[in-house]
Amino acid sequence: MNDLTPFGRAALLAFAALLLAVPWIASGYVLSVSIICLYLAYMGQAWNLMLGFAGLLSIGHALFVGLGAYTSGYLFTKLGVPPAVGVVAAVAVAMAMGSIIGYLGFRFAIGGVYFALLTIAFSEFVRILLDHAKFLGGTEGMFLPVSQESRRGVDLVNLRGSTEMYYYVILALAAGAFLMCRALLNGRVGYYWRAIRDNPEAAEAVGVDIFRFRMYAVLLSSGMAGVAGVFYAFYYNNLFPEQVLGIERSIEVTLAPIVGGVGTLFGPIFGAFILTPMGELLTEAVEGFKQSGLIAKNVKTDGVKLMFWGLAVALIVLLKPKGLWPWVCERLRLVKPPGQRG
Amino acid sequence: MILSAEGIDLFYGDAQALDGVSIEVKEKEIVCIVGANGAGKSSLIRTIAGIEKPRAGRIQYKGADITGWPSHKVCNLGIGQVAEGRQIFPTLTVDENLEVGAYIPRGRAGKAAARERVYAMFPRLAERRNQYAGTMSGGEQQMLAIGRCLMGQPELIMFDEPSLGLAPTVVQEVFRVIGRLNEEGTTIILVEQNVAVSLALAQHAYVLENGRITLKGTGQELLANDQVRQAYMGL
Repeated sequence: MNDLTPFGRAALLAFAALLLAVPWIASGYVLSVSIICLYLAYMGQAWNLMLGFAGLLSIGHALFVGLGAYTSGYLFTKLGVPPAVGVVAAVAVAMAMGSIIGYLGFRFAIGGVYFALLTIAFSEFVRILLDHAKFLGGTEGMFLPVSQESRRGVDLVNLRGSTEMYYYVILALAAGAFLMCRALLNGRVGYYWRAIRDNPEAAEAVGVDIFRFRMYAVLLSSGMAGVAGVFYAFYYNNLFPEQVLGIERSIEVTLAPIVGGVGTLFGPIFGAFILTPMGELLTEAVEGFKQSGLIAKNVKTDGVKLMFWGLAVALIVLLKPKGLWPWVCERLRLVKPPGQRG
Repeated sequence: MILSAEGIDLFYGDAQALDGVSIEVKEKEIVCIVGANGAGKSSLIRTIAGIEKPRAGRIQYKGADITGWPSHKVCNLGIGQVAEGRQIFPTLTVDENLEVGAYIPRGRAGKAAARERVYAMFPRLAERRNQYAGTMSGGEQQMLAIGRCLMGQPELIMFDEPSLGLAPTVVQEVFRVIGRLNEEGTTIILVEQNVAVSLALAQHAYVLENGRITLKGTGQELLANDQVRQAYMGL
């Protein structure tokens, strides 16, 4: 907090208060869009931890989400293990996969874009594997039992309850991820990550064990994505390999941090809250045009949100490559310059 | 003898960068390595630092065989390096750069004293301790690279082309700092294109050509050698 200006502090508190109040003031539709915003803010934080902090590009983060979702889903449906326990297994499986990818990548010095290709390769490999895994439903999908009663109340152990409960769960996750990343980035680990991101050779030259710190980043990020997978499974209650692990899911995760600002703490949150509502509004608007006859009913418009996201990323990369958040920060004077921090 | 390399062969794929290179460094000496671009000077430093793994040969430090050790362990023995081209961390502040320099266990103890020493040696860095390193001038970045190396409290420092691309006054400053560190007891390996100045500073020197040592002697001997004068000083 002490690097924020008074105005920045007020803005942050107002935003936090607004987030807490959403279920009381917003409609069901706004609430469900807010859940997607927070989910993408959380995942953006996890993804940004790797690229933005440690300089490791992953385009396969849906893999870790998928592993977390399928692990907890399987334990719940087949063995009756509640997600509060299953989350441990989910994180372990996601981290195990993260450590395999990290080990291969860093031990054999597969850097930059080749590392990204490695993450895609593993993600696609597991997706195809899941397509053929009959005990997990295969392409037919896995369905988590859910009833009308379970849609009311609050049962955190079984992650069953009202939409408001899911909202507060994902809000807690997003806030927790933000605070954890903030603590890490400002701590010693953060220096080492940023040093490795800035200049891995120089970091190595001063004796930083870059293998170890890159592994930390991958393990933490994949573990966080594993937790997101548990949320995904119990919020949507159905899992299909293509829908959970498809490459568009991995790309979706990268959009909020890219638009908000890679390497910034608040960028992924800011990006998620800018992009998601705009994408939803656009989809709604196109639907409206169809209803009113402005667009012919038989025109396929499924891709309109993806087109918008593509355009948004292209514009950001061209105009504000560091993302919107640093620019907003500077414009509104939310953060003190580095020399004046306490 | 504090450090010796014997018969080092290094390959990048099929290309041989070092061919049977042997050097010896005595404690508290300045040893200079002279050679043209691509002769293998940086490769030799990187091999000693543990960043490159040699195919053959042996590296010994204070009697222990350290061939093939990972770079963070080599660093922790007290072998520091200032890499070529002012390799600082641009998005970290000066202070944070120094913090990273103290990563190795031997740097952590006495970190505060080391920081004070660096700031006393480079007052410009003290003035700019909260500035992002990427926004500083080339000379200041080189001072930071040296200061960051000192945070690991090395006994031996390998400098790779420390004067490359710097203004003449800054070059003088860099050589003064190297001389001072040596007087304070630090052993120095110096790779330089500024051959006349570095040979004058060095007790021993080697000439590296196409990955092989072709000449060795005291600094004064090489300074007087016609071949060296013609090839590297244009005299």
